[in-house]
Amino acid sequence: MTVKHAALAEKFIADEPRTDWHDETLWFVREKRDKAAHGLPEWEQLREWGSQIKNNTLSNLSSYLKEFEEKATANGIKVHWASDAKEHNEIIHKIIKKHGIQKIVKSKSMLTEECHLNEYLQHNGIEVVDTDLGERIVQFRKEPPSHIVLPAIHLKKEDVSTTFHDHLQTEKGNNDPQYLTEAARQHLRNKFVESELAITGVNFAIAETGGFVVCTNEGNADMGAHTAPVHIACMGFEKLIPKAEHLSVFLRLLARSATGQPITTYSSHFHKPRPNQEMHIVIVDNGRSKQLGREDFRNSLKCIRCAACFNTCPVYRRSGGHSYHTAVAGPIGSILNPNLDMKANADLPFASTLCGSCTNVCPVKINIHEQLWKWRQVIVAEGYVDTSKKLGMKGMSFVFSNPKVYRFMGKMGRGVMHLFPFMVNNKLNIWSKQREMPVAPKESFRDWYLKNGKNQK
Amino acid sequence: MKVALFIPCYIDQFYPNVGIATLQVLEKLGCDVTFPLQQTCCGQPMANSGFASLSKGCDINFVQNFAGFDYIVAPSGSCVLHVKEHLQDDKHPQEALQIRNTIYEFTEFLTDILKVESINASFPFKVGMHNSCHGQRGLNLSSMTERMLPEFSKPEQLLNMVKDITLTKAKRNDECCGFGGTFCVFEEAVSVKMGKDRIKEHEDNEVDYITGGDTSCLMHLEGILKRQGSTTKTIHIAEILNGFL
Repeated sequence: MTVKHAALAEKFIADEPRTDWHDETLWFVREKRDKAAHGLPEWEQLREWGSQIKNNTLSNLSSYLKEFEEKATANGIKVHWASDAKEHNEIIHKIIKKHGIQKIVKSKSMLTEECHLNEYLQHNGIEVVDTDLGERIVQFRKEPPSHIVLPAIHLKKEDVSTTFHDHLQTEKGNNDPQYLTEAARQHLRNKFVESELAITGVNFAIAETGGFVVCTNEGNADMGAHTAPVHIACMGFEKLIPKAEHLSVFLRLLARSATGQPITTYSSHFHKPRPNQEMHIVIVDNGRSKQLGREDFRNSLKCIRCAACFNTCPVYRRSGGHSYHTAVAGPIGSILNPNLDMKANADLPFASTLCGSCTNVCPVKINIHEQLWKWRQVIVAEGYVDTSKKLGMKGMSFVFSNPKVYRFMGKMGRGVMHLFPFMVNNKLNIWSKQREMPVAPKESFRDWYLKNGKNQK
Repeated sequence: MKVALFIPCYIDQFYPNVGIATLQVLEKLGCDVTFPLQQTCCGQPMANSGFASLSKGCDINFVQNFAGFDYIVAPSGSCVLHVKEHLQDDKHPQEALQIRNTIYEFTEFLTDILKVESINASFPFKVGMHNSCHGQRGLNLSSMTERMLPEFSKPEQLLNMVKDITLTKAKRNDECCGFGGTFCVFEEAVSVKMGKDRIKEHEDNEVDYITGGDTSCLMHLEGILKRQGSTTKTIHIAEILNGFL
């Protein structure tokens, strides 16, 4: 990684009207979520249940995974295990090659984004068509998704119109959403009809039944899986839940948290292949077991990928998903990605004011802002921090540990913020780029107190 | 009731009036207030930047200054939260624990410990309340829109006792202002944009003042307001409760 979040965010904010629009669009979704959650008197109870079910799953993961594999295999699903992204991609490639397949459709799966499956397959001469409308738009533009639930939320309808004109030959300058959606629908319908293999994600895999559930608003997982003779589902191992009855908790939490809907339009349950169909499931680790072993961070594996923390995050709303330079952006991405590559993602836990809204909005009660704080400590301890910042902090530590030095520095430097070397140890004072400095008073509170306060010990 | 006054470093140096107002309100309410003279900083700037290891000196100094009081009160939710969550002293663990359990943010101390029911103050202005995140979500000083729990606000409860004041609510009542400690420097662009948006919502309500319980947020908003040449001012809640006029 060369460009960090702060710089990418600055670039995004340079177009302020677009930033405002991005912020307002996502805030609208957050408010929809609030209304939907307020409609359920048992909301906080549901969150608690969701959290406890996930805690139980993570504490007994190996036995649930074993149970899932046995049941799924008995149902006729072929279960594969991938230790990392590379293995995940190779398993899929092998299945494709075995069947000599050319036409593949994919329904939104952030895991395949995390594993860079599209690039891998393209490199091997195989084309994959993303069928989620938002994903298809960013795929045309050769961009990654900027949001895990609303992948093209950073684009306006004018951008989509231009993209479709370039790739689907729609009328130039026609920004009518219905016209554009219809064009995409016709285009995707052909892709579904022609497809020989469908790749889907997994929202919930059930240990008890060996089945899995995929939630979509466009029905594209069904369209792909019901047409193609081969279906491959990809899941991170944390997607597991113990029993079918637990689904009721998560399906109620997921859509409300994500978009404010009572339930996702399609919750498709897959248990076994159709006659003459092949069904595979690839269970991926890719750093998850390492995260499971990190006591401070294992909670992050409870995530059900609703993106409520994205929509509520004041930093995400104003910096855009691409500023996080990873498949999963936002607050949850900022605690998951340092596990995948600490050096490359060392900036992400700092891309937060620790306001804590993410933690309170999370439907499974992940302590996101506390983990952001803890990652900062780990990242600094591992040495992934600028020398200038380190020196500034050491200076502050020295000043604040010594009352006399603190008072001397305060007196000398009042007005130029010498107390806060990190603010002035830059070539230009970053604070005052767009803000005035506080006006320095003649005396500190302590000075005043010595003159006016009651006598001291 | 022996109360120690904790005046965070940046308030001591840049906003002595906030410290004075805090002290005077507490004294008016009958507290026996002491200001320990060797206090500096709670260590939060280092800890929140990932350098908790460098805040040990601050911690030791803090324990030396603040051990042995009934309560510790500070006009800053953020600093109070830091002490409550992270203060450690290997040589004096009991004292550190006692401090963590008895430190209070100013408005919380007034509503929960002193149980203030009336305040002799007048403030004939239109005021927008800025909910600072560490106080609101960290110390639970007020309800938040994310949680489905009954609405309440300890600072507003107090402001409602002030005569002639007109309180307004920003459209997004509990959105962060973007200060975030060192975030305001290392993520300058986002920080300022967040501050500008916060200000706009208050200015839409045509407020004279933006108030809050955290001087740090107010310092950030004040910096932007001044640069914009705005007539809107910032004021700490302690100054209003002290009877500004």
